[in-house]
Amino acid sequence: MTEYLLIIISVVLVNNIVLTKILGLCPFMGVSKKLDTSVSMSAATAFVLTVGSITSWLVNYYLLIPYGLEYLRTISFIVIIAAVVQFTEMVMEKNYPYLYRVLGIFLPLITTNCAVLGIPLLNAQLSHNLLEAALFGLGGALGFSLVLILFASLREKFEGADTPELMRGSALAMLTAGLMSLSFMGFIGLDRL
Amino acid sequence: MNISDKIFKFFGGIKPEGHKQISTRNPIKRLPLPKELIIPIRQHVGKMPNIVVKIGDRVLKGQILAEPVANMSAATHASTSGYVKEIKPMNIPHPSGLPDQCIVIETDGKDEWIRLKKIDIENISLSNLLEKLKHSGVVGLGGATFPSHIKLNANRIQTLIVNAAECEPYITCDDMAMQEMTQDFVDGVNLIMHILNIPKTIIGIEDNKPQAISKLNSVLDSSKNIHLKIIPTVYPSGDEKRLIYLMLGVKIPKEKRPTELGIQVFNVATLISIARFINYGEPVISRVVTVTGALGQPNNYQALIGTPIQQLIKDAGGDPSQEVIMGGPMMGFKLPHTDVGVTKAMNCLLAVTDEMKSKASTEMPCIRCTKCVEVCPAQLQPQELYWHAKSKQFEKLTDDYKLFDCIECGCCSYVCPSNIPLVQYYRYAKSEIREQAKSSEIADIARDRNEFRLFRLEREKKERAERNAQRRAQVSDEDKKKLIEEKKVAIEAAMKRVEENEE
Amino acid sequence: MIEAILITLSITILIGLVLGYASIKLKTTGDPIVDKIDKILPQTQCGQCGYPGCKPYATAIANGEADINQCPPGGDDGIHKLADLLGVEYKPLNAEHGEPKPKSVAIIDESTCIGCTLCIQACPVDAIVGAAKQMHTIIEKECTGCELCLPPCPVDCIDMQVIPETTENWKWKYPIYKIEQQN
Repeated sequence: MTEYLLIIISVVLVNNIVLTKILGLCPFMGVSKKLDTSVSMSAATAFVLTVGSITSWLVNYYLLIPYGLEYLRTISFIVIIAAVVQFTEMVMEKNYPYLYRVLGIFLPLITTNCAVLGIPLLNAQLSHNLLEAALFGLGGALGFSLVLILFASLREKFEGADTPELMRGSALAMLTAGLMSLSFMGFIGLDRL
Repeated sequence: MNISDKIFKFFGGIKPEGHKQISTRNPIKRLPLPKELIIPIRQHVGKMPNIVVKIGDRVLKGQILAEPVANMSAATHASTSGYVKEIKPMNIPHPSGLPDQCIVIETDGKDEWIRLKKIDIENISLSNLLEKLKHSGVVGLGGATFPSHIKLNANRIQTLIVNAAECEPYITCDDMAMQEMTQDFVDGVNLIMHILNIPKTIIGIEDNKPQAISKLNSVLDSSKNIHLKIIPTVYPSGDEKRLIYLMLGVKIPKEKRPTELGIQVFNVATLISIARFINYGEPVISRVVTVTGALGQPNNYQALIGTPIQQLIKDAGGDPSQEVIMGGPMMGFKLPHTDVGVTKAMNCLLAVTDEMKSKASTEMPCIRCTKCVEVCPAQLQPQELYWHAKSKQFEKLTDDYKLFDCIECGCCSYVCPSNIPLVQYYRYAKSEIREQAKSSEIADIARDRNEFRLFRLEREKKERAERNAQRRAQVSDEDKKKLIEEKKVAIEAAMKRVEENEE
Repeated sequence: MIEAILITLSITILIGLVLGYASIKLKTTGDPIVDKIDKILPQTQCGQCGYPGCKPYATAIANGEADINQCPPGGDDGIHKLADLLGVEYKPLNAEHGEPKPKSVAIIDESTCIGCTLCIQACPVDAIVGAAKQMHTIIEKECTGCELCLPPCPVDCIDMQVIPETTENWKWKYPIYKIEQQN
């Protein structure tokens, strides 16, 4: 029981995939201008991560390892993730067309999100069982959403600030991300129970 | 009379220096008749009334100059007898500095009243009384100038609250009116209670008015169920919703009006005007104005509506080049022109002191100290409102931060250590949001009209095509040939006529 | 070797089938973004953007054919709102499509009007009242200031009048204070 809790805490806070592992920065920087798009982006990525990591684990355990096809891991994982992303896109377009249009190119870019590929690969590398793999994926999704929403709220607040012209936009965003990353380093040692 | 026991306390508020003693040393002064009166036609919230006099007419004191139109309107009367000299746009006391339609009366010195008719309150129906009040010019004289006949068109009022708080520093007109016109004031309270069948009245008065309190205590002995409640001197106790909370502990929700909860609030000066209209037939032609601030002899004046304010300022020992604020130091505005006349909304003329000028110095950045949050009586977040209003992000202000709950009392700007004129930002944001809402409505109408026009053109095209098709179908082939033959004959005959004419 | 090919093939075919089925089930029709864009546009129907009205311009933006900075009556504020809605970068107003002008209404000089009805046909919101050989007049409340009635008039009797600022439509300005030099 403690191990599962530890997995979640470590993936969400200690080894946060965006701020500590520095994976998945593309949507982090690109979609965080407004809070509502960030929420929908984090929901989409969370869905893709969880479903993707479970499916990838299943394929890895039942198809790749028994037949000794570990070298096909990367390709098959990418294919699975691409399929899940495609499915998510279709659902978004049907039910939330406004968000679908606003997210634009970032929705298919979840396929190339290094976090979304990284977590299944880490699962395989660390030889997790199914439950651990699912929690790892879910935790990663939670950590990503947490940081994305925090960052988006900060950026929205900065919209009204009287910043010098040079620092507006991306410059301030990069600085903020760096400072957030520094602050998340304070969680080191949290998982030493 | 007894003092109601429970004292409620509202959140926030400030305790600025009152500066009230300087203008209450002497009784209310009456100045001699000015040579000219500049009377703006509209001195109330609502529609512009219709002018019923023309240039050259002789008018008597109390004669109606402009009749109210529709319900949300009030009348304007001549403050003394004389001749209508001009009817044209002139400077009025308004923060924009823009002119508005005014009537200039050249006074003839006779001060002759029109024939006044008092109202028999026992034998008049409510609707008749309200109709008469509509033509009496009585509006809220606390500064809001809401037509009073609309406020009296309410039923099932359980409590009448009289706003005798006068919480803003420097202003003392209601204080002096209660001391000197006490009988009219009590008559006003009794009349309102009688007209609307109100069982209970509470007069809310601040504790910095000891003479008025003792005077009222002595007069109110004989009346029934009128309570005098003394509240501590905190600004803004005199705001309607704050006062109701202080008196009754009742919080009025945003969407509702006090009348829906059985409460009605009236100002002291309004009650005095209502009493004088019903008991003596006098319409509103004068009011008490406090002239105070950086002047030699601050005083209260019973000024006729339309009196040039320079006359008052000069009598109080000021000079014409001074900056003057209309209203108090918290909610008033700087008069862009001082060649204007006294209006019904003018409760105070404040000559700007050096202390006020230094407070209005350069704005510095907000340090997020949240002193403003601690004093806001409406429990809003002024620093968030400022943040969004400054960067012109108006979307979140209305619903998330409740900008329209702001009463513009000025407590936040008063305590701000960075001297930020917060209320100016909120007023700007409110104007912009209202204008955007209006443009959006106009745009919707234009869109509908455009769509209907396109639909109409389509419809006309279709109808024309149908009509042509029908006509063509009706005429058979035989008839077509006959028509062509007839046309040929007619053309040949016409050609022949042309040739014959030419010859 | 064979197993590798078989397994990858089977995975891809399975995924393809699932996606194909999903794409049929989750078909979409229509695009409500056009209405959202149209709500932001000022409905002047002036055509300065290059399209015959606000709805066609909104459709063009939705299709990606038009840029968001082509509407002068909407002003900078409108472009910001469109940029926010569509998630694109703000661009300043394209000067080719005109300059923002103060809000005006058209007025017909009745002594010159000949009653030809050409202006009535041109008005996109039917704000002109009149009939053939009868006096024409403009309903001030409905006029959007689009100026489309000025070119067709053969006697040039229509003028644009700026709406003056009165105490009724005055609004508080953004607080600006003069910075005084401290010596």
